[in-house]
Amino acid sequence: VTDQAQLLPGTLDLLVLKAVSLGPLHGYGVLLRIGQITNSALLIEQGALYPALFRLVRQGLLKASWGVSENNRRAKFYELTAAGRKRFREETEGWNRLATAMTAALAAQAEET
Amino acid sequence: MNIFHRSPRTKEMEEELLSHLQLRADDLVRSGLDRAQAERQARIEFGGRERWKEECRQAMASSFLESLVQDIRFALRVLRKSPGFTFAAVFTLTLAIGANAVVFGILDSLLLRPLNVPQWESLWGTMYGQNTVWQSYPNYIDLRDRNHSFADLAAFNMVFVGLDTGKDPSVFNGYATSGNYFDVLRIQPYLGKFFHASDEHGRNSAPYVVLSYAYWHSRFHEDPSVIGRVVGLNKHPFTIIGVAPPAFQGTLMFISPDFYMPIVNEGQVNTEGLLSARGSDHAVFEVMGHLKPGVTPAQAVADVNAVGANLEKSYPRDVAHGTTSLSHEGLTSFGPDLKGFLAGLMLLAGLILLAACANLGSLFAAHAADRSREVALRLALGSSRRRILRQLLTESVLISLVGGAAGLWASIVLLSRLNTWRPFPGTAVRIPVSPDARLYVAGLLLALVSGFLFGIVPVRQVLRANPYEVVKAGSSRRLGRRMTLRDVLLVIQIAICAVLVTASLVAVRGLVRSLHGNYGIDPRNTMLANINLAMAGYSIDKVPGMQKNMIDAMKTIPGVEYAGLVNGYPPLVYTAGTRENVFKAETNDLRNSNAAANPYRYEISPGYLAAAGTSLLAGRAFDWRDGKDAPPVAVVNKDFAGKMFGSIDHAVGSYYKLLDGKRVQVVGVVEDGKYQNITQDQQPAMFLPIMQSPASASFLIVRSPRDPPQLAAAMRTKLHQLDSGLPVDPKTWDELLFVVLFPSRIATMSLGVMGIIGAMLSVTGIFGMAAYSVSKRLRELGIRVALGAQRTQVLQAVLGRTVKLLGVGSGIGLLLGVLATRLLAYIVYQATPRDPLVLAGVVLAMAFLGLVATWIPAQRALSVDPMMLLREE
Repeated sequence: VTDQAQLLPGTLDLLVLKAVSLGPLHGYGVLLRIGQITNSALLIEQGALYPALFRLVRQGLLKASWGVSENNRRAKFYELTAAGRKRFREETEGWNRLATAMTAALAAQAEET
Repeated sequence: MNIFHRSPRTKEMEEELLSHLQLRADDLVRSGLDRAQAERQARIEFGGRERWKEECRQAMASSFLESLVQDIRFALRVLRKSPGFTFAAVFTLTLAIGANAVVFGILDSLLLRPLNVPQWESLWGTMYGQNTVWQSYPNYIDLRDRNHSFADLAAFNMVFVGLDTGKDPSVFNGYATSGNYFDVLRIQPYLGKFFHASDEHGRNSAPYVVLSYAYWHSRFHEDPSVIGRVVGLNKHPFTIIGVAPPAFQGTLMFISPDFYMPIVNEGQVNTEGLLSARGSDHAVFEVMGHLKPGVTPAQAVADVNAVGANLEKSYPRDVAHGTTSLSHEGLTSFGPDLKGFLAGLMLLAGLILLAACANLGSLFAAHAADRSREVALRLALGSSRRRILRQLLTESVLISLVGGAAGLWASIVLLSRLNTWRPFPGTAVRIPVSPDARLYVAGLLLALVSGFLFGIVPVRQVLRANPYEVVKAGSSRRLGRRMTLRDVLLVIQIAICAVLVTASLVAVRGLVRSLHGNYGIDPRNTMLANINLAMAGYSIDKVPGMQKNMIDAMKTIPGVEYAGLVNGYPPLVYTAGTRENVFKAETNDLRNSNAAANPYRYEISPGYLAAAGTSLLAGRAFDWRDGKDAPPVAVVNKDFAGKMFGSIDHAVGSYYKLLDGKRVQVVGVVEDGKYQNITQDQQPAMFLPIMQSPASASFLIVRSPRDPPQLAAAMRTKLHQLDSGLPVDPKTWDELLFVVLFPSRIATMSLGVMGIIGAMLSVTGIFGMAAYSVSKRLRELGIRVALGAQRTQVLQAVLGRTVKLLGVGSGIGLLLGVLATRLLAYIVYQATPRDPLVLAGVVLAMAFLGLVATWIPAQRALSVDPMMLLREE
């Protein structure tokens, strides 16, 4: 557990949007997908996912519908709405800008005078 | 709570979570676990399901109302989980808000709500007091006719009469009012008619009676045929002409009359000649009227003062005009004292609420600290701080509303009991308090404000909460050594409680002191009977003979040591007292400004001083030889002797002048005493023989060690042998003293209750703090004990801080209490907190409270078992 990084507040939402953007998923699937795309580097308590999912549905970024899973279990599937896609693009851009800036800042060398 | 449960959306959510568990379990089975193990593992990995469900509901709530419902539901769940905490909080608030609501209810009823008459806003009464002299009837008539500010002015006086309606004669109280009284007040009769100014045609010209609704109801059972019936008032025939409406209970807040009669007939039931005496202050109790449109109260005061100054110039002997003030009708002379008293009480009640808020604030802070992990988690999951604060505030407001409702309910019960309470049995005195909408609003506001007040205490804590640190470190961090907010709150609370305890001890001391003060009389073993010979139809020339017969008859009762009689009222009965200017023997111009003193005046029979237990310091008492034709003589008190003659020795044998110009010789000097009430400073008093100024209203005083009921029966028998038509109701002097002691008793009682509430609050506060610190440090204590710490060291470690805070708080409170002397002096007589007994009492009380409050936590700390604790976790 100790080598897994803690989640920054707000990053969970972006990760969920990313996971769902690759195709409709049920809640457990979202967890698996995040684990897969982050190489299990980020720790998410399983129950913590659902409040995030419901919040995104309430904000109109995701829509949900009941379906059947690959092993024949009833499950609720989530997919991006148009607003969700737009928000995902914006957030990704924002994150990239921040990450680029941070990376550049941290890579800066002391200028010789 | 159930109405929030199991909405379709909640059901769907539960289904979804369940499906998650199934899917996870499927995966685990695939990796080799059996089904049961897999399902268990899935549940463990999922985490606290109830908490996540809660978070989900929060996340789904879209509208404000919906999230409010969520918050309330969540708050109820949290509170139900810690019933001890909830009960302590609600109980504390019930006490605090209840105390405030009671005081506010009294304040509201007595000060904010005017008399039940139309257009009360413009109805003003001139203040009755020692500095205003509108109390003589001629002065009233002049003021009525000469002022330019009032539409009309009415006057009334209180009278006690023997009312003979055919059944047995008994004493009733009524108002003698000016003819225009009902018209000035703009009220209409319930039945029959009222009397008017046009009915007044000089003295004794209007023998009419208007009954109060309550009296008509209780005495005549609402029989409408009483209109036109003739009844005997002190044996004089009066005709009942009407009944006043039920809502009108006179123009004095605390005394509702049985009937109303025209003041022009007052001479028939009160002292003869009262209406013509300009110098008398007994003919009119209060004058009132509606201001003319456009006239301000300030203009009216100036106008009234101008008339007064004019009268003083015209009648220098009889009129001493003080500065008039106006007040709304109802409270009269009680007004200022009552206002000061209630304001003081309100302040103390406010302090209690503040202490309660500090108490609950620290409870909430502790509560929030315990939940810091939960708060941090929610922050980490993207819940906003505002949302979390709202959640915490919902909890505190919920508690405050429940506590407020309970407190309000308790206060309403108390107020309605107060309303039906008759403090002096057999009199019309009442305390008209009744809860109204304003009380409910005030209660609600108090609850909300205090809810927010103690709810925001943990806010800083929440705002500072760092989601990572708390989650990692858990909540078992050691308490910091520096001063925390909780410490400050505890000190504030203890300080306030120490102030309250100081106040109540000061009040109790004051009462004890005034009970054991020297009144100049000895109320033990004395029986008093109020006898008004006018009520039995005696004319004034028959009075002296009958009075002597009564005194002689009393002396024939076996066991009676002394018997005597005093005109009007004896000292300290019904706060009555007559004062009169006296002059040096050589003064000839007897105007007010030349008066040498203004002593109380008592007319007494031979034997009175011995019966009253007033000791003679020099000279002699009266005997029957000091009769009508003997030289005028007087007995004076020590204060009078000192003021007038310099010393007791000089006084005996010297002369002074009465207001009527009569030269009297001082034949004796008696000890000083209290006359009108026990709180007054020492005043001069003079005693004159009744034979030289007869009056029909008097008190018979009998001193005997016999059992009071037996003695009363014997007195009644003897008096009825003399005249069977005489209303007689003997009472002990102690019983009658109840009235003058009433204010101090009430003050002591209220302050005592405040002190007890304060003490309870400080116990819960200290207990909460001590219990919390013990429970937080049980592990550490276990280690200390395991390492060989002694009991005292354990106690020192865990309670030292609480005890230190208690000491600091008590010290501050004591200091504030001493500084608040002037405030307390408003409320209680002889308020001196600089009294070693009070100071010691406060210190002892606070120490005792601290001991009580820390006892259980200390026991818990001492009984700690190191092995048990170390095995935990």
